[in-house]
Amino acid sequence: MTDEKCSVLEHVDVGGGYRRLKVASPAIVKDVQAGQFVHVRVPQLDESSLRRPFSVFDAGDGVLTLLYKEVGRGTKALGLVKAGDEINILGPLGHGFPSKASGTALLVGGGYGVAPLYLLAKMLLKNSSAKVKLFVGGRTAADILALDEFRQLGIEVFPATNDGSLGEKGLVTVPLDKEIAALSASSAPFEIFACGPDPMLKAVSERAISSGAKGWISMDRHMICGVGACYACIQKTVRGNSRCCIEGPVFAAEDLVWE
Amino acid sequence: MIDVSVSLGALKMPSFIATASGTFGYGFEYVGAVDYSKLGAVTAKGIRVEPWPGNSMPRHCEVPGGLINAIGLQGTGVEHFLSITVPWYRMQVPSVPIIANIWGDSVESYARVAAKLGGAVDALEMNVSCPNVKAGGHTFGQDPKILAEVVSAVRKETKLPLLVKLAPNVPSIAPYVKACEDSGADALSLINTIPAMAIDIEKRRPVLANVSGGLSGRCVHPVAVKMVYEAYRVTKLPILAMGGVYNAKDAIELFLAGASAVAVGTSLFTDPGVVSSVYDGVVDYCSRHGFSAVRELTGALN
Repeated sequence: MTDEKCSVLEHVDVGGGYRRLKVASPAIVKDVQAGQFVHVRVPQLDESSLRRPFSVFDAGDGVLTLLYKEVGRGTKALGLVKAGDEINILGPLGHGFPSKASGTALLVGGGYGVAPLYLLAKMLLKNSSAKVKLFVGGRTAADILALDEFRQLGIEVFPATNDGSLGEKGLVTVPLDKEIAALSASSAPFEIFACGPDPMLKAVSERAISSGAKGWISMDRHMICGVGACYACIQKTVRGNSRCCIEGPVFAAEDLVWE
Repeated sequence: MIDVSVSLGALKMPSFIATASGTFGYGFEYVGAVDYSKLGAVTAKGIRVEPWPGNSMPRHCEVPGGLINAIGLQGTGVEHFLSITVPWYRMQVPSVPIIANIWGDSVESYARVAAKLGGAVDALEMNVSCPNVKAGGHTFGQDPKILAEVVSAVRKETKLPLLVKLAPNVPSIAPYVKACEDSGADALSLINTIPAMAIDIEKRRPVLANVSGGLSGRCVHPVAVKMVYEAYRVTKLPILAMGGVYNAKDAIELFLAGASAVAVGTSLFTDPGVVSSVYDGVVDYCSRHGFSAVRELTGALN
């Protein structure tokens, strides 16, 4: 973990309220695992404002990429950061995804929840012979992010939108259920990796458990410290009140307790 | 060279900066981000005899100039603290003293956790003022008689330097300070968080699951300065001062008001580098103003 002073290389609006931020961050990039996050000090906020946590979308050659949505005061202020600015980033933080899978890896994302799945897809392809497929849901086509980049990795993508403007009409579980049924019918091994809104994660966890597959679920919580010191970002698990920032954000599906 | 060492009773601190309980985990979580060579002590998260799950979520909310938290003293209990946490801390951070912050729901349970800790840590800080746990803490710090009773009970069980962390929300701090003095406390910690509340107007519900919480951060600093100033005028007990320390100026104000040492807390969340910047800034201030030791700043108001 380093509190690194990072120079902003690029910050672009990718539509739908989403932005992509690239920074030079050699120390964090050197150590980061897929599913880990970074804690960003937003320079436009006053000194008593908390840092904001973001999943790592991509990391390589000393460059860290975040993909995020403007959802509140912090992300709105972060939008004012320009190329050439310096920002403090604490990371890498938390417990990420396993970097290997056996059989087929089903990556399931909702909205900006696809952010940690891109680095994960790269890692899985690099470290194992797993076949990787991406299932991604959103309200509308504008909420389906980075599809071309996922396709360029050579993986199949299955989008679903509530309004049917891209891919299947309905929730991401529509194409996911078809895939799980097909894999189960042929007794092919698979694992599920997911990040997105809580209802999606709950639905995906239930499917992992009922199909006997391993499920790795990345939780999104408001945080204070990001390093396990304050106990604010709690997720109920079979072990009690676990901290998303250090025991998570990635938990095994069978460990999660949903309320 | 400015002498940066200070003492809180028998607790010798290699530097004048500590961390505030609840903001710094069990002391080792910030390794890599904080310069521990500039810390004089860490104060661990509140510990009681038994494990405690803490409050429901949400446990915090950001407010202008600060933070309201209602974590609720989640902790693993004293056995785990002694067998796992303290040895791990000593291995990770061999050179910085650790203060255990203790709490309970009865006089007897405070005494028991103090007895169990023995000499495993370097000092004890009694939390008698947490606004977030109804059963424990708060009530003990709101009545000087009960406060005297609980401090005396802990004093009987420990030879360690004993700090008592007092609440800011009392009409006058003097009777509480006197109760601590008379019951064998070695030092005071001032201030704990201030009871506070926020409402989500869209949902028309309190933001925190616990309804209310404790306010900390930038905005509480002037309250801390006043409480330290008032306590210093009525006691010889050294004061560990905390509350909205974001920079050297904030720390120096607390020293001049009467602090013997300062702690950083909520500011660490935004900037773990605050330990270094406060340290360097206070040392620089001493040089510029002709002080040869940081301890000379204590109560040095003109």
